Amino acid sequence: MAGSRPRLFQGNEACVEGAIAAGMRFFAGYPITPSTEIAELCSVRLPQVGGTFIQMEDEIASMAAICGASLAGVKAMTATSGPGFSLKQENIGFAAEAEIPCVIVNVQRVGPSTGMPTSPAQGDLMQARWGRHGDQDIVALSPAYVEEVYFLTVEAFNISEELRTPVILLMDEVVGHLREKVTLPGPGDIVIKDRKKPAPGSRYLPYAPMEGEDGDIPPLGAFGDGFRFHVTGLTHGPDGFPTNDPGVGEPQIKRINSKISSRREKLCKAEELFTEDADVLVVSFGSSARSAKKAVKDLRAMGVRAGLLRLITVWPFPDHLIQRIAAQDLKAVVVPEMNLGQLAREVRRCLDGRATVIGVNRVAGRLIEPADIIRAVQGVT
Amino acid sequence: MEGKARPWGVKINSSWCKRCGLCVAFCPRGVLRLDDEGKPVVADIARCTGCLLCEMHCPDFAIAVKRSEQGGRVKTQAVSGK
Amino acid sequence: MGSDLTKYLRVEKLPHIWCAGCGHGIVTRAIVKAIDELGLDPVKVTVISGIGCSSRAPGYMNFDTLHTTHGRAIAFATGVKLARPELKVIVITGDGDAAAIGGNHLIHAARRNIDLTVICYNNTIYGMTSGQYSPVTPLGSFASTAPYGMVERPFDLCELVMGAGGTFVARSTTYHARHLTNVIKQAIQHKGFSFVDAFSQCPTYFGRRNNLREALAMLNWYKENAVSREDWAKIPPTERGSKFPIGVFKDEEAPEYCESYRKVIEKAMKEGDAK
Repeated sequence: MAGSRPRLFQGNEACVEGAIAAGMRFFAGYPITPSTEIAELCSVRLPQVGGTFIQMEDEIASMAAICGASLAGVKAMTATSGPGFSLKQENIGFAAEAEIPCVIVNVQRVGPSTGMPTSPAQGDLMQARWGRHGDQDIVALSPAYVEEVYFLTVEAFNISEELRTPVILLMDEVVGHLREKVTLPGPGDIVIKDRKKPAPGSRYLPYAPMEGEDGDIPPLGAFGDGFRFHVTGLTHGPDGFPTNDPGVGEPQIKRINSKISSRREKLCKAEELFTEDADVLVVSFGSSARSAKKAVKDLRAMGVRAGLLRLITVWPFPDHLIQRIAAQDLKAVVVPEMNLGQLAREVRRCLDGRATVIGVNRVAGRLIEPADIIRAVQGVT
Repeated sequence: MEGKARPWGVKINSSWCKRCGLCVAFCPRGVLRLDDEGKPVVADIARCTGCLLCEMHCPDFAIAVKRSEQGGRVKTQAVSGK
Repeated sequence: MGSDLTKYLRVEKLPHIWCAGCGHGIVTRAIVKAIDELGLDPVKVTVISGIGCSSRAPGYMNFDTLHTTHGRAIAFATGVKLARPELKVIVITGDGDAAAIGGNHLIHAARRNIDLTVICYNNTIYGMTSGQYSPVTPLGSFASTAPYGMVERPFDLCELVMGAGGTFVARSTTYHARHLTNVIKQAIQHKGFSFVDAFSQCPTYFGRRNNLREALAMLNWYKENAVSREDWAKIPPTERGSKFPIGVFKDEEAPEYCESYRKVIEKAMKEGDAK
């Protein structure tokens, strides 16, 4: 089916429309700049499609409420920014441990602390990955364009449903507030995925791996459907009940990690430009990657063999993509990001000394401009 | 009143009992007593009036008071905790 | 517990983890007894808890059960209830869980008048972490973090929830087990936010430090100090001492949140159709 006529959308608005298209029917949130428009739009749009919006008393409650709604069988989302993302971490960990599909949008702003609420940053890259206690792999997607926000929100829901895991949509203030032309797909033009459900009437073991493809992801029943199952944040066995037995707990903890890490190549989406013959690679994500793309094109016009790797999936980290490109003898890798080197640290880890990594970093709300990146590349060529 | 009611029976699941003694303390008729291990046993079922005070104050879900199936049969059950 | 009630338990998980003489099993029995007497469909009952001794109860209860993070049970329950309003959602919490770390969720759920039944297993102490004072520990009593006696003034949780707008509020104790079952029944039947402050003895961590080492001594303390709401009103405040009122303090009708939101959906869908 044909999509709609192109329309001007704000990034936060595209997120809401993507979520509704993906089947989100529950949103719980708390006002925080620069994500507030997502809550406001959900309050308008969700009841129109029979869904539920609630403004909770705080960020923690919002994260808790979406876990509850998802366990009751409804696709659920919350949206926040840095300080609120910090507050949500414990319950994101609960969702990871209890394997509850849900989507958490973080429209990043300048930190630390209250920072600069209306200014963009990308300083939550590591918090998205490591913000919680204990080991848990996480999926985080980072759009750079408004239209991409729409499709990645759909993708975030699909991954969360398929892998029974929380998925983070790591936006930033630029992408969230920018208005760009978007062509919405028609119904049927996007693939919508729903969680596997247990067979009715069966003895349901909510955390028992099964035979066959994707057997490491157990089906998820809904409260009220007759399974009478137990969900806990305590380390649990296949039946969902707490255990202190390392022989039972360890496989469970390893499974919630490996279900993501073992699918790294499938999950990792990236945009590549001129990487096949590049001798300088620019690696970036989110709105900084927009400047990186312009810089790489300008450098090519100047005769510099620059290439771009724009990470769309930031977690799990695409080690394999960076290592593949690094095999072609890079002079250097330049990493523009609006933080003090969080992405560069990961890139350096992947390169393991095979190329020099040069950061282009800004942290107080000023955007990275193409000229900043061009200067950094020219310094090594 | 219908015909003569069957007598009461007290079923004790000693594997769940944690020996707090509340059942014996609450029984107004001396139906229960504590054994050497501190767990309740039925001493005199004939005195039971079915008030359920022992059952509802048992913190361990270990006591059931019911009309007896046949006569005032008393069971002390050892159910495995599996 | 009669076999008619053990069907509501996950008997294979018993004996439970609570200490000998702990009141939490008495409150848990009162809840399943109330569910039984009301004839609720167990498939449509969801029991949700936070963290602490009390919050282990749902693990023994044969319904859909959710053991969440510390203090957040009511917020999780809000999501479950809004997603599936036809479910009976019962929250089991403790005094630390509900009134300290989760205090914000308690007052806001009461304010919204969302149809949840919150049962606070109130033992005036943090039992799971071995006896620290909570927001309801009585003045002057001892706790592992109040070695010289409690100097913070306690909450009266019923007054707190009534002040926040909860529409059904009651208190009972494990001594008054039959009364406790009855107020829980009323709370579950109530349309709107209902709260039961269920005093439950902790002989191990509260009693031992406060000259009430035996469970029976604690239950007798409830017996001697609990007074009906009517009698409570007759005692001059200066003479109340350690006495406390039990009974139903509030039972009012007010618009229930899920129903109010259903009207929002109807309005939004109708306006959407008109466009």
